[in-house]
Parts: sequence; C-alpha cells; structure tokens
Amino acid sequence: MVEPLRWQIGTVTAIRPQTDRVASFTLSLPDWRPHRAGQHYDVRLTAPDGYQVQRSYSIASEPDRTGEVELGIERIADGEVSPYFHDVLVEGDRVELRGPIGGYFVWEPGMGGGPLLLVGGGSGVVPLMAMLRTRRAAADHKPAALLYSSRQIEDVIYREELEELASQPGAPTIVHTLTRQQPAGWSGFARRIDEPMLASVLGHLGGTAAGSSAYVCGPTLLVENAAAVLTNLGLPPAQVRTERFGPTT
Amino acid sequence: MTRIVLDDPLMLDGNAVAGELQEMMGIDVTTFLARCAHCGNRGELGSLRAWTHGPGVVLRCIVCSEVVIRWVRRPDGARLDLRGAAFLQPG
Repeated sequence: MVEPLRWQIGTVTAIRPQTDRVASFTLSLPDWRPHRAGQHYDVRLTAPDGYQVQRSYSIASEPDRTGEVELGIERIADGEVSPYFHDVLVEGDRVELRGPIGGYFVWEPGMGGGPLLLVGGGSGVVPLMAMLRTRRAAADHKPAALLYSSRQIEDVIYREELEELASQPGAPTIVHTLTRQQPAGWSGFARRIDEPMLASVLGHLGGTAAGSSAYVCGPTLLVENAAAVLTNLGLPPAQVRTERFGPTT
Repeated sequence: MTRIVLDDPLMLDGNAVAGELQEMMGIDVTTFLARCAHCGNRGELGSLRAWTHGPGVVLRCIVCSEVVIRWVRRPDGARLDLRGAAFLQPG
C-alpha cells in the first residue's frame, strides 16, 4: 500500500542566511518521511480570502536527519512565496508543505558505476548539496566533482561547508566559476559554463564520459546549455539528469 | 535523431510537477518511461519538458517537442490528456 502524498503543517525551527538572497530553512515535520538526495517539497501558502499559491523547493539536508528537513530558498524579488519565507517567517511559525517529491532527479550512493558530475548555477546548488552531504554521510569515495557557477564570490551558497568538504578524504573536486565579478587574485574560471570548462572538470574525474552520470540544476538556460554540452562530450542523454528552475532572477 | 534545443527560459522539467502528478496518479510517476506517440522516443516522465505557467500543464517530448501529456484543473477535478503517450511503463 502506497501512502498518499499529504499536505502537513511543518514548524520552522531554524533560519540560517547563506548569502544576501538565499537562506536555509529547517522545518520539523509531524509526518516526516526519509527523502532521497535531489528531491523537493511543495510549499503552499493560503491567503485569508482562500487564494493559494504553491512552489517547489529543493531539500538541502542529507536523508538521515530524522524528523526535520532543510530547504534552501532564494528570495525572488517579485515572487509570491519566497519573500514570505525571507521577510515574514520567524522561528516557531508554521508552514503547509508536502513531500518528499520526485524520483527522477535523485542520486543515492551506489547509483551508476562511474564518476559523478554535479553542475549547478546559483540556487541550483541546493539539491546538489544534498547529494554531496549524502555522499559524505555514506563515505562514498567514488570520484565526484561539483562545477558551480555564481555571479560573484559573495553569492556562493554553502561556501564554508564546500571548502570543508573539499579538504576531507575522498573529497569531491569543487570547481567554481564566477561570471560577473571576481575577487582580487582569483585564478579560477571567470565565465559562463562552456564546453572547455566541462571537459576540464570531466578530465579531473577520470573515467570515461560515457560511464559518467551528471546532475545539472539551475536557471533553465544554464541547464539547457550545460546538458547539451555534456551530451556533445559523450555522456548518454539518459545519464544527464536535469532540474530547471526557470528564468534567471 | 536530432535533439532539439528549446530556448525558453520558462521551460521546466517533468520533475517540477511531480507533486501534482502524484496527487492525480497516487504514486510518483516521474521515473516511468513514456513513449512519445508522435516520434517514438522513450524517456522518463521526469525528463519531459514542462510548461506550467498557463491555465494547464503541458509536458512535451524532448526530441520532437510534441505534446506527450497535458492536464487542466477544474473545480470538479483534473482532466488528464495522455493521447501523446503511446504507453507508460513503470520504471
């Protein structure tokens, strides 16, 4: 018997700013279910007149945090839901949500035999962070890399945790590209994700492109471009999983 | 087969409407294989291209861009049109 997906009321237990526009919201859930890295929750707000609006937000937490879930939410200036999270919600407030949802954009330890390539743009890094946290919790040391595109260094979400992750045994290779502004002395990539960049990261990973699995998440046009390039580089289309967030904000 | 690039910033993936699909179907169907009735391409439902900003939701084939699945919500329930899918295969 499959349990139906039900709306439930979660309670905000922590709000941690990550950047100017992105914060981590931890919610405790009465009907918590284990999720798989890459899944999301639907959040629904209801106005006093009954008007409802719904959005999906990716889970950032690893699956073994029983009873709670951490969502990474970017504040979209003209959004209907994210400004409420950022400007109105405080710890102890209650929010209606349902999940975990979606089995397609999911990574679990042991999936795929070859290297794991994660490609994220902006807040598209959130579900990829869940994958990296899950990989660390499972002590999965198969080759993995994250290519992460941000406008500037201040916009890098989970910056300290990514640095810490990169210094551990079996660490994933973490490659940043800063597309708009770079700090003094920056020696990394400073342009939008393109074919030479993806080829270079795949090269770090070793193995064959045909044996690699990729997860690409971010603004739609970034995802569209990166997925097409990965296919050109020899990854089978079925091994390039995508999650498009819509227009760039 | 040529893989077309659909250059629309509003385009999402089938995975983005996983919650609505699960509400209608009772289970997560994003890993089901769908065969496009127009061109025959087979792919996971979560990988279809999704347009969600209209009054209904449209999922299009990633190869030929024809409509595979679409639905509208009405006060008396959803109407799900599967004519663009030759079959669905549980994944």
